[in-house]
Amino acid sequence: MTSTPREYTAPAMALRTAAILFIFVIAFTALLSAVYQWTRPAIEASALAEKMKLLNEVLPASDYDNALLTDTLSLPPTAELGLTEASTLYRARKGGQPAALIFEAVAPDGYAGRIRLLIAIRADGSVAGVRVTQHKETPGLGDYIEPKKDKNKASPWITQFNGLALATTPTKEWRLRKDGGHIEYHAGATVTPRAVARAVHQAVLWADIRREQLFAEGSAQ
Amino acid sequence: MTRDEFSTIAYNGLWKQNTALAQLLGLCPLLAVSTNIVNGVMLALATIIVMALANVAVAALRNFIPHEIRIPVFILIVAALVTVVDLLFNAQLHELYVVLGIFIPLIVTNCIVLARVEAFAAKNPPLNSTVDGIFMGLGLLWTLAVLGAMRELLGSGMLFTGIDMVFPSLSPIQVLPADYPGLLIGLLPPGAFILLGCMIAWKNWMDARAAERAKRRPPTPEVVADTAEAGA
Repeated sequence: MTSTPREYTAPAMALRTAAILFIFVIAFTALLSAVYQWTRPAIEASALAEKMKLLNEVLPASDYDNALLTDTLSLPPTAELGLTEASTLYRARKGGQPAALIFEAVAPDGYAGRIRLLIAIRADGSVAGVRVTQHKETPGLGDYIEPKKDKNKASPWITQFNGLALATTPTKEWRLRKDGGHIEYHAGATVTPRAVARAVHQAVLWADIRREQLFAEGSAQ
Repeated sequence: MTRDEFSTIAYNGLWKQNTALAQLLGLCPLLAVSTNIVNGVMLALATIIVMALANVAVAALRNFIPHEIRIPVFILIVAALVTVVDLLFNAQLHELYVVLGIFIPLIVTNCIVLARVEAFAAKNPPLNSTVDGIFMGLGLLWTLAVLGAMRELLGSGMLFTGIDMVFPSLSPIQVLPADYPGLLIGLLPPGAFILLGCMIAWKNWMDARAAERAKRRPPTPEVVADTAEAGA
């Protein structure tokens, strides 16, 4: 394949290389956009599935029947929840009746910075579930707040919040056993569970006084 | 492709021109990711896929790419392919993407791909170029695995940290006693530089020893014939 290279004048040469580069750009942009279009539904579906999986960990799918991901409220940065940025609150309903609120909260005083939580609180005020979504606690020491890292697989530490409610659990009972409350902890790592327990209690208090309002807001559609 | 070509390409990729030990390419992601075996191997696997694809694409198109604008075209091809691999992984192999996904964009910052495209694929047929991409990647794989193993052993006394992210049923191995305090420098970038330096020194020592042996070996018949002719 050795064709003798033709002589080009400088402008012709410039035009030719520009044209070839242009063709390459068009071809590969077309390839990219085709792959993007083709894969988008699958990628969106799996992103959605991942979100739903996390939400269903704090609230079982059988406890609601509405489209959770569309029945939302945008929360402004809320100091009571430890949130310094806007977040999304999900409203679960069953048969049109309020079932639970799912929202994020942050424990600002973990052993190694902020601990991000996802909390579901039922319409009767009891905690449906709590999950840690982000933390930097010491691996092997404070990270048992994450069920995946908790050695007790049957009833991970974080599940002891399930079912707690302000009506049945007085304020002091929301503390660690060491601090006179009811929450168990692992010896040697108390800063982490204390921060989580406090954040969950704060979140329950926050939701309790504005539950009706949150369920009603903007849902006249 | 002949057998000889194949073994030359394989030897170049795995040892002689090893991307990390001889070409010293892509050190930025290499040092950032080699904190343990699992991360290192994952990055190398993603690199193998991208390099094989980039090499075969460039080799197939090499006769259409004018010499003057080859670099921008190569960058275009590599960048497009990395994005395509990223999208396809995300859509079709989502389980694997969750594990490998964060490493794919890292490859964009890696000059190994562009270097192999320029040095090899632009001058060789597609099949040879694919093999070159795969073996360059495999060379990176063993280097990163060894470097990662040394770093995590030194840093935390464990091996296979993070394996449970890939295979949930497996767990890391505690090699040194559990009360090993850990040498933090192993996990920090300076430790990576020091250990990579040791590996390069080791490779150079091995090469020097091999050269020494070759020199000391009795001259082969052809050489004897040459000198005889010259003497005559």
